[in-house]
Parts: sequence; C-alpha cells; structure tokens
Amino acid sequence: MNWDWNYTGKLIPDLLDGLRVTVTATLLGYLIALALGLVWTLLRRSPNPLVHQTVRWVTEFVRSTPLLVQLFFLFYVLPSWGITLGALTAGIVGLGLHYSTYTAEVYRAGIEDVPRGQWEAATALNLPRRRVWAGVVLPQAVRRVVPSLGNYLIALFKDTPFLFGITVTELLGSAFDEGAHTLKYLEPITVAGLFFIAVSVVSSLALRRLEKHYATH
Amino acid sequence: MPPTDLTSPAEPVPGKAAPGKAAGALPGGGGAASARTPCGITFEQVVKRFGDNVVLDHLDFAVGAGERVTLIGPSGSGKTTILRLLMTLERPDGGVIRVGDDPLWHMERGGKLVKAGEKHLHEMRKRIGMVFQQFNLFPNMNVLRNLTEGPVHVLGLSRDEAVERARGLLELVGLADKEDAHPTRLSGGQQQRVAIARALAMEPTVLLLDEVTSALDPELVVGVQDLLRDIARSTDVTMLCVTHEMGFARDISDRVLMFDQGRIIEEGPPGTIFEEPREERTRAFLRAVLAS
Repeated sequence: MNWDWNYTGKLIPDLLDGLRVTVTATLLGYLIALALGLVWTLLRRSPNPLVHQTVRWVTEFVRSTPLLVQLFFLFYVLPSWGITLGALTAGIVGLGLHYSTYTAEVYRAGIEDVPRGQWEAATALNLPRRRVWAGVVLPQAVRRVVPSLGNYLIALFKDTPFLFGITVTELLGSAFDEGAHTLKYLEPITVAGLFFIAVSVVSSLALRRLEKHYATH
Repeated sequence: MPPTDLTSPAEPVPGKAAPGKAAGALPGGGGAASARTPCGITFEQVVKRFGDNVVLDHLDFAVGAGERVTLIGPSGSGKTTILRLLMTLERPDGGVIRVGDDPLWHMERGGKLVKAGEKHLHEMRKRIGMVFQQFNLFPNMNVLRNLTEGPVHVLGLSRDEAVERARGLLELVGLADKEDAHPTRLSGGQQQRVAIARALAMEPTVLLLDEVTSALDPELVVGVQDLLRDIARSTDVTMLCVTHEMGFARDISDRVLMFDQGRIIEEGPPGTIFEEPREERTRAFLRAVLAS
C-alpha cells in the first residue's frame, strides 16, 4: 500500500471544510456547555428541593447515557414530537448539553473551594447577592477550575466525530466520504487524524499558557 | 455582681456622642447621614447554640454609642460568636439584638417582633463593619477595587467618589502606594490595614474587630494596633473588639467584658479588670494570657 501524495493534495480542501465544521461544533458546543453548566450549578444550590433534586437527576441522567444516544434522540426522535433540528444544530446542542453536566461538576468544585471567609467578607460589606456571585465567588471559582474546563474543551473536540452519526459531515465524516468515494482510505483517514492531533496540540499549548496566566495573576 | 446588673445600658462615655434617637433612624430612611451617627448595641436574652453546645446563654449586655468595648475570655467562651451575630454571619436562636434602636434580626410589626427578611438585614448591615482575623480581602481584585466594591455597589457612590474615598483611606492606613497591588503581594500587616480601610470605606457606625492581629507575625502587630488606636482617637465609631492582646485592650477600651462559658462574669474599665480583677476565673485567665 503506497501513500499517494497527489491524492492527498486533492483531499486537503474537502478535509479543511470538514475541519471547519468540527471547529464550529466544538466552539459553539463548548459555549453552551460553559453557560448551561453554570446554570445547572446555580440551580443545584437552589433552596427549593424540587428544583435542586430535578436538576440533580437530569444532569446525572445525561452524564450516564452515551453521547451518541443523546444525539440520536435530538436528531431522530424529537422530530416525531414536532421539534426538528438541523443536523449540525442537533450536534452542537447535544455536545453542549452532554458536556454541560461535566462543567457543572467542575464549577461546583470550584465554588466549594472558595474559602468561607470570602463569603463572610462579602456579607460584611453588605454586597448584594448578585454582586457576591459575579464579583467575588465566580471569578475566584473559575480561576481555580480553568485547567479542568480546558480539558473538557479538548475532550469535547475529540467527541465531535459522533456527529457523523447524525449525518454531519465534520472532519472524520468528510475523510470517510472521500475514502468511500475512491475506496482509498489510508490518506483521508490519516490526514484527518493528523488534523485532530494538530488542533489538540495547539489547544493544549494555548491552555497551558492560560493556566500559567491564571496561576500568576 | 448579679448578672442582671449587666443588662442596663452603659453610661454614655464623656466626650463621645450619646446614644441618640438619630442613630435609630429607620433603615433606608436616613441614607448616608444616619449611617454615620454612632449606634449603641444591646443584647437582650440572646441565645446561640451550635448543636448541643450552648455558646451564648441568655446573654444581656449593652454598648453605648461611640463606646469602645473589648471582649476577653478563654477561647470558646462566645466572644467571636457575639461579633458574628452582629455581622449577621450567624443567626441567634433566641433573644433580641439591637443596633441603635432597631432590632437587627427582627422587624416590628403590629407592636410585635417578627423575624426580619433579607431586605431588613441589608439595611441594618449598613451600620456595621467587620475586620476579620484572616483579613479576607478579595484576591481577584486589586487593593483599590477591594475598597471601592462596597461603596459603589452598596452605597451607590459613583466610581470617582469611591476612588477618592478609597485613596483617602489608603493614605490613612499608610498604603497610598499600594492601590494597584494585589492582596496576595502584601504582607499580613499590610493586608490587615487594607481590610481595615475596606471596612471604614463603608462608614460604619459600629466596627467589629475579631482578633485582628492574631494571624500576624509579631513584628507586624504594632503597626495594625497603632492604626486602630488612631482610628479610635479620631472617630466616634462604636468599637467591639475581641483580642488576646491585653496591652492593646487596655489602650483602646472604655470597658472590658470578661466572658466565660457564654456569660459575662466580670466587667469594668480596663484599669480595674487588669489590675484588680474580682473573679478568680478572670485572674486565672489573665495569668494564662500574660504567661503565653
């Protein structure tokens, strides 16, 4: 089996299109995961048992079922209830929802790490509840959990090929399509793998820098 | 002395503002002006338990407006709990606490005292400031932001006004050159001076000092104590202080209360308490503290 450079060159534009889809799904999915995770965390602190118990079970359920099941549900089941999402949209929502249950745990740990004295100082200054969260607790909590949050960004990125399962032609999907077309899989699958590695390595380096920044500031 | 004698409010201290009606201006009605009028403090039959442990047992005492009172006694005797109840960090299990004329944890409704909501607590807290043993500065903000956060978000000052006030206070505590520094870059003594400035920026009428020098290296204690002496001299803020530094207690206090097991067992001017204590337990405590 020989590596065909000519073929490889022709593949690149299509694979870059796939990569664009992957990166889009990653970033948007991650934004949802960051925001929704925070919502879960705050709701879990609600004094109302109905609220915090419900949130607890929902997040537990989402976390303990496979991502692919959730994607199938969003893309194939919801339409029968009249909710139709585009494949990419369903993929982004699925990734965001799935990972929000992990980021929620990360936020929770970060918030519990903020010393009690910080809450007490905020009370002594009489800061309004919202300001205590926005000005004192969350900035300190998030700073503590930047590394963990970053790891979930990379994990989410590596889970994007599941979107191929609901017809999204992301990076791996476009490689697979190329292979199926020419019956030559070596080059497209290898290049797709290399793209994944390249993005992961660059992101990891960027995260290291971010961590360092937070460690020293 | 029977404990009932301790319930009468302290005499106003000569030369200091008397406990006045003005101090009791209704929460929210008086704005910044009422916040500056000194307030007295009254504990009426206050009970605080942690589980089965009764920390304060039907405690009665009063502090006059502008008075400086130091609480001494063995650890676990309830001194810090008193400050924490006043700062609304702990909720009493019984009794009534008043700051000025108004109940702290209750509201009067139809002549009866009912449990107050967060809104009332928010108004009452404007009268009270606290400095903690561990400083508790916000590490995600620089020194200046630590000082402007409350004035901007609670008192409604503009950012410029808050910055001007903060700079004045940093000048007072001798840290004018540190406004951009982050708290973690400061020594313990500097952090505590910033914390004192942060409390003063809210212009409280009652200042609670909870073992403010206990976490400091010995050589840094004096600077913080000198600052507090200055503040005691130059303001009419009511001060309630928990400390194990007896020299400092003697300098700063109008009156010293000796606690043991959630009760006041002896009280008087510092000269009397430190030189001629009546109670054997007070003598034993002072011996132990001075020996350490």
